[in-house]
Amino acid sequence: MAEATTKELLLEVDDLHVSFPTKRGEVQAVRGVSFSLSKGETLAIVGESGCGKSVTAQSLIRLVSTPPKSGSIRYKGEELTTKTEKQMQKLRGLEMGMIFQDPMTSLNPVITVGEQIREGLLRHHKMPKEEATKESIEMLRLVGIADPDKRMKQYPHQFSGGMRQRLMIAMALVCKPDILIADEPTTALDVTIQAQIIELFQEIQRKTGVAIIIITHDLGVVAQIADRICVMYAGKIAETGTSYEVFKEHRHPYTEGILKSVPRMDGNRDVPLIPVPGTPPNLMNPPVGCPFYMRCDYAMKVCKEVAPPRTDCNESHYVHCWLQDERAPSIQQLHS
Amino acid sequence: MLKFIGKRFLWMLVTLWVIITVTFVLMRFAPGSPLDVDDVGMSEQARANMMAHYNLDQPVIMQYFNYLKNAVTFDFGPSMVTRSREVSDMLASGFPASLQLGLVTLVLAVISGIILGVLAALRHNKMIDYVTMFIAIIGISIPNFIQAMLFIQYISTQFDFFPTAQWGTWRHAILPALALASGPIAIIARMTRSNMLEVLTEDYIKTAKAKGLSNFQIVVKHALRNALLPVVTILGVLVASIFTGSFVVERIFAIPGVGQYFVESITNRDYPMIMATTIIYSTIFIIMMFIVDVVYGIIDPRIQLHKKEE
Repeated sequence: MAEATTKELLLEVDDLHVSFPTKRGEVQAVRGVSFSLSKGETLAIVGESGCGKSVTAQSLIRLVSTPPKSGSIRYKGEELTTKTEKQMQKLRGLEMGMIFQDPMTSLNPVITVGEQIREGLLRHHKMPKEEATKESIEMLRLVGIADPDKRMKQYPHQFSGGMRQRLMIAMALVCKPDILIADEPTTALDVTIQAQIIELFQEIQRKTGVAIIIITHDLGVVAQIADRICVMYAGKIAETGTSYEVFKEHRHPYTEGILKSVPRMDGNRDVPLIPVPGTPPNLMNPPVGCPFYMRCDYAMKVCKEVAPPRTDCNESHYVHCWLQDERAPSIQQLHS
Repeated sequence: MLKFIGKRFLWMLVTLWVIITVTFVLMRFAPGSPLDVDDVGMSEQARANMMAHYNLDQPVIMQYFNYLKNAVTFDFGPSMVTRSREVSDMLASGFPASLQLGLVTLVLAVISGIILGVLAALRHNKMIDYVTMFIAIIGISIPNFIQAMLFIQYISTQFDFFPTAQWGTWRHAILPALALASGPIAIIARMTRSNMLEVLTEDYIKTAKAKGLSNFQIVVKHALRNALLPVVTILGVLVASIFTGSFVVERIFAIPGVGQYFVESITNRDYPMIMATTIIYSTIFIIMMFIVDVVYGIIDPRIQLHKKEE
């Protein structure tokens, strides 16, 4: 899919830092994340809970309480981090749509779904109400809601979880944004519904050419949909590459670890899954070196003391790991 | 919907019957009798005649049925104290003023309570928040009759604009309404504030923000409606407190409302008057509760008042 597009760059994120002040200190949720997104492409950001993937996604349209501390977010060449709140409002929904993890709580319970879908149109395009209603009905049809005219007048509690996520998608796409940011869109859904929603993403991308950033910890989802994958760990990117590169030619021990911990349809069921031992570091006081060294089977002395620099494997594939550094001629293990 | 209203109406009648009965029992168990008040020089015979005149010599159970009959026909006969006037007439003459005062108070309480609550929530932990909540605590802590007297002392006597007493123009309504409303304002403001603070952290507020809606749209359209649901529930209770509060405040401001009769009727053991005022106020209260239920069903689509015919 990525090859088919003209590689027109939509979004460039460079060295993004986001932190939250708390009573006990500053939580450094995102610590220097960089990635880019081209037109019509699907980028997956993968990582375990608390690795900063949701904060990264929400920072793109500044939905988090604190604006990025440093770094830049460029959308079509325009810098977003310096924009005012008013300017960001014009951009949200119109240029980038967003859907969230839990469709049960993400819809307003006392407003009809029709109104919730069309209010974006009314806000951004200033079109007459009838026209907005018509377009909203079309959108509902696109996301696969039967009998959309009647459904428009209903309330969220009259829809099932999967249907509500479809409503969320309709809501995010109704203004025809260039980028759809999906923050764990399938996590709260049944497995069968998950598959339907993923298929819906693919279908919508085929029909509208929207670029998708999908945040997930579910590697099954990623394998099915992503062109490129960013693996995040403790607020940093561990490894980035095309889907094939990350699944088949990964270089980072963490990527290796999470891939081994997931059951495979074609795998041998007698072989136990191998979990990644330990827990992620506290982001209130992150380690100076590689954040993964505590849990890494291949950790070396240098991993503890100096953060690993970026090592490019090829044009699309890079990794932050000392093992891949050219100065690592021999591996001296810290703990087995 | 009709079926729901019909069913509720029957229950309202049952509730009213319970209230009437309890009032009757309480009245009879309280020591004293209406004839104690001006018993100076009343002869045995006169007293007996009076007792007979008001049917007080009959067995209690008969009195109870009489009383029920009067309640149903809304004919309470003459007052036992102001003997020349019918209770129904006295109440009818006082009712307009009480109703006006009650409505002004209610509107004032709801509107300013909600506005203050929203402002405090939006400026959480800032100056406006602290000031609003400070005023709210004062409003709750100082009883309305004290406030009424303070208003007369420090506002009416200083500014001719606010009359110290009586009823007539809209200016007469300001101070009594303020005294009556300050408690409800405080309750509504505090409740709106805490609900708003909670609602503003909901996921659907984030969704609304992600759509690019303005802060005004997010607050008024998406947050406020959800935050007001619990406030509507307490409205019925607040209405009751406003009307009962009005008994005393009406007296302080010498407003010719129903309240004066109510207060006096109890000290005078004026049975017909106690009965009539009790019925009026409980009816108002029960009807308010009913309205609250219906309104609740309208603003929260998740609540079904009746089985869906669909």
